[in-house]
Amino acid sequence: MNLDTFMLMRDEIVLTGILLILLIAEVLWSPKNKKGLIYLGLLLFAGYTLQSFFSMGTGSLFGGSFKAYPLVNFFKASLAFGVMVILLQSVEWIKQKLLPNDFSAEFFILIFASLLGINFMVSSGDFLIFYIGLELATMPVIALTAFEFYNHRSVEAGVKYIMLASVSSAILLFGVSLVYATAGSIFFDDIKGALQLPLLEIIGLVMIFTGIAFKISLVPFHFWAADVYEGAPTVVSNYLSVISKAGAVYVLMTLLFITFRVFETEWNWIMYGIAILTMFVGNIFALRQQNMKRFLAFSSIAQAGFILLAMLSNDQMGVKAIIYFLLIYIFSNIAAFGVVHIISLKTGKENIDDYNGLYTSNPKLSLALMIALFSLAGIPPVSGFFAKFFLYAAAASKGYYVLIFIAVLNVTISLYYYLLPIRAAFLRRNEHPIPYFKIDIFSKIALVIVMVGLMVLGLYSGVFSYISSISNIF
Amino acid sequence: MNEFNYVYLIPLIPLLTFLFLGFFAKKIKEPISGYIGTASLATVFILSLYTAYKYFFVVGLVDGKYQAVRVMIKEAWLNFTDKLAIDVGIIIDPISVMMLIVVSTISFMVHIYSLGYMHGDNGFSRFYAYLSLFTFSMLGLVLSSNLFLIYVFWELVGVSSFLLIGYYFETPSAVAASKKAFIVTRFADMFFLIGILMIGYFGQSFDFQTLNSEGMIEKIGHMIANNQIYSFMGLSLFTWALMLVYIGGMGKSAMFPLHIWLPDAMEGPTPVSALIHAATMVVAGVYLVARLFPLYFHIEDGYALGLVAIVGTFSALFAAIIALTQEDIKRVLAFSTMSQIGYMMMALGVSKYEGHEGLGYMAGMFHLFTHAMFKGLLFLGAGAIIHAVHSNFMDKMGGLHKYMPITSITFLVAALAISGIPPFAGFFSKDEILTAAYEYNKVIWFIGFLVAGMTAFYMFRLYFRIFFNKKKEYEHAPHDAPFSMSFALIFLAILATTVGFIPFSEFVTADRIPFQSHIDFGDPLVIGSILMALFGIGIAYIMYYKETNYPQKLAKTMGVGYKWAKDKFYMDELYIFVTHKIIFDRISKPIAWFDRNVIDGFMNLIGLTMEKLSDKTKGLQSGRLQDYAMYFIGGVIGIIMLVVYFK
Repeated sequence: MNLDTFMLMRDEIVLTGILLILLIAEVLWSPKNKKGLIYLGLLLFAGYTLQSFFSMGTGSLFGGSFKAYPLVNFFKASLAFGVMVILLQSVEWIKQKLLPNDFSAEFFILIFASLLGINFMVSSGDFLIFYIGLELATMPVIALTAFEFYNHRSVEAGVKYIMLASVSSAILLFGVSLVYATAGSIFFDDIKGALQLPLLEIIGLVMIFTGIAFKISLVPFHFWAADVYEGAPTVVSNYLSVISKAGAVYVLMTLLFITFRVFETEWNWIMYGIAILTMFVGNIFALRQQNMKRFLAFSSIAQAGFILLAMLSNDQMGVKAIIYFLLIYIFSNIAAFGVVHIISLKTGKENIDDYNGLYTSNPKLSLALMIALFSLAGIPPVSGFFAKFFLYAAAASKGYYVLIFIAVLNVTISLYYYLLPIRAAFLRRNEHPIPYFKIDIFSKIALVIVMVGLMVLGLYSGVFSYISSISNIF
Repeated sequence: MNEFNYVYLIPLIPLLTFLFLGFFAKKIKEPISGYIGTASLATVFILSLYTAYKYFFVVGLVDGKYQAVRVMIKEAWLNFTDKLAIDVGIIIDPISVMMLIVVSTISFMVHIYSLGYMHGDNGFSRFYAYLSLFTFSMLGLVLSSNLFLIYVFWELVGVSSFLLIGYYFETPSAVAASKKAFIVTRFADMFFLIGILMIGYFGQSFDFQTLNSEGMIEKIGHMIANNQIYSFMGLSLFTWALMLVYIGGMGKSAMFPLHIWLPDAMEGPTPVSALIHAATMVVAGVYLVARLFPLYFHIEDGYALGLVAIVGTFSALFAAIIALTQEDIKRVLAFSTMSQIGYMMMALGVSKYEGHEGLGYMAGMFHLFTHAMFKGLLFLGAGAIIHAVHSNFMDKMGGLHKYMPITSITFLVAALAISGIPPFAGFFSKDEILTAAYEYNKVIWFIGFLVAGMTAFYMFRLYFRIFFNKKKEYEHAPHDAPFSMSFALIFLAILATTVGFIPFSEFVTADRIPFQSHIDFGDPLVIGSILMALFGIGIAYIMYYKETNYPQKLAKTMGVGYKWAKDKFYMDELYIFVTHKIIFDRISKPIAWFDRNVIDGFMNLIGLTMEKLSDKTKGLQSGRLQDYAMYFIGGVIGIIMLVVYFK
């Protein structure tokens, strides 16, 4: 093993380096001017994001425990990009809430640690690295959830999250041990060949699945999502609903499509049922939410249900559709949460009714909200439509027309509630709308980036062609 | 072919106008934004005319057949699989060029008209921005070269019409209507989308030219014959796909039972109704069927086309009956639109394919064309009246002829046109439809014939009650609209008079090979339909022209010819009895009730069930950690048990 092969995990090495630099900087930094630390964190991460877009080659490390190939590298780059935008959105929040308590460096360190965990998780070649990655991804976020410790909701959310996360981890580990017991290995490649289809293996898979489903918030493992998203600081909810979820979806995809492919027939109808359940539950609960963060929590549960559509088509078409959807979902959800975050930070208002007449006072922000929600609802020509379209197409290629019908029915239901905030902002009159406020420069940059992304990702076909060209992971 | 490379400019110009007006809506004041919008539409209008001239008279006709020209903007824009890719392209063939003319003419006129109509409105610039967005989407829809692209524009048209219907957002009913329109059409679109996916997978193409080619029809035919395409309830999935696509068209074109959004959509500003709900968006469904006509006609002996004919005919009759009873003038026009679109669908449904047998197709397209002109005119006229009287209701109007002569005369032209009186435009197209229907099925013809009479009646009921009848007291003396509005009315009135003389069959036909058709005035069918129209107008005249003067007239004529007067009186009563007691009470009211309670009710039920369900299940999300953990474990055990049970 030489240095070149180590470069396969360049992302992880760089990220670890940044973590260490920040840890040291936090200690050495002059206590009078901690503001500089924020910019240092941003700058370092911008560098990391930039380098993650350079190609890294294909190969494996540590005897197959860690794998790198173009698709996973692209995926990590997308996640890095998403985190970058979230960080930009959170600068103002850090300055207001964290700086006085001298917590700003911790915020960066925790987020980076969690991202590092996700990177290991998606690149893992065996269950050990996978599990370590999963825990590393979860633990820092739990701390972040309870970060506004003076706010009891935030603490409550943190406690709920840690309890349920441990339950799901325990079950997942039990599943892993069952698979190990029957297949005799923890390496994905070995397991793939060793599966004999006894019942024990399927039960193991079910348990592993539930651990991952917890992170994706599939029904019935979704209950934590609404409470935690609502209680956590908005930027953390944003991270949870986008980055953490996307990472878990990726892992589920590789496990189901490659490692446990032999269970296809036994497995597909479970996915079928869970997809329907998740879409309906997410949508029905979203209908009656008044709090925007809860609203987006349920919307993100419903979106997870849609992803399962493509999980049923376990071929290249499915991979393409899932990755493309995740990419666009990252943009849409970050945009929606971003708008909610800005409004909540500036005015403390989080309810849909508070948005009445927003267009008259803050037209640009309302427009951003509209585009984000249209993208989530999947209305062309916003890119969310293209994302959903490929999910349908993936399911259609396997002939799941009834499921598509149910999915499209759900899109129609979802249209109703996605229109509610839009209606509030544009079509409702309000004597005293949220007053005009200035948006800080970082949030502005973040919003412009995601808006351009939402308009361009769908219409510019290069992105999809690129994903298509690297999506052969079988 | 490179001659048409510039065509992408036609949708691009309104798009740029929209972006410009949208971004600077607060900075540009009335009337500058209106002038910008109108100027951009004028350019589009001229370009469309030029395109039509060039296509129909210079390059289009090759070896006696109009060739479809494709202008590719990007090939293989999105690759699905190795074989299936989506292009971005423009298709130029007789129907798309015809639609170009329709959309650009009406939109241009609406732009001019709105300069006067929207004068002084707070959101003047916003209104013009939305108009440009809509025009862009509609032009894009018309020019799309494949099914996927047409779907994208289809939705975009929905979004922009949502914005336009909800334009008066101060009134809650407008907001409700805009949402209803959006969600009902979206509901239909989900069928459309699944239809598109199915067609894509069986045909391995989304491109119209490929799909409509003979090779494709043969291939699908083979696949069906060899059972390579599954069948469901005795019909192949491909036919189902075509029907699903048609359901999408039914939503946009307000066909029964998906028409419920159209009357409510009248809450929007009247120029919007003229543009969207008379001439352009609502005929998108007709256009869609015409686009895929070879598939509809050839696959499984045109089974799907039969559905088109039946739904169209039924909607035509259904809407015409309801139109008889309405008091709000815009609603009369809305139902009339639905009825006329039903006519167009019926024409497509009864059409055959080759040469003269494709008369229905040509007539349907012809009617789409003429209808756009006169229905646009009717709506704009209605707008002028509402502008002057400040009410939508007929009983607030009467005797307006003296005050508003221009509006009255143009309205009369339009009413004559829609009733099918020669030489006005509607006569020619309607007559071709009836002739085609007669050859196909006598029952359908008879319904169409009946609807023609009803149309003439309710149109003139409207006309007489607004412009004649009893004079009402008006707060301000009503007067003709300002020049910009009158100009649009006069321009469209000229078109409504003349476009009927276009020899349409030499331009637009099902197989794109021109043929000669002419109206034979000696034909009993022709004479019959003219008489039917006159009959309808006559009854309307007797009942509504001087209804309230009647007592004095009666008294005057008493001495001269009592018996004659009495006879007339008797006739009058009879008509009132027949129309009010039998048609209104016994037929129209139950149908209206059915519409309001059963059809609307079903849609409301879906919403209500969802809300109930949501209410019932909210207890699950209790916020208690123990509960969550229990559900979690329960979920795991549940799935495991299912697996064990089914393994």
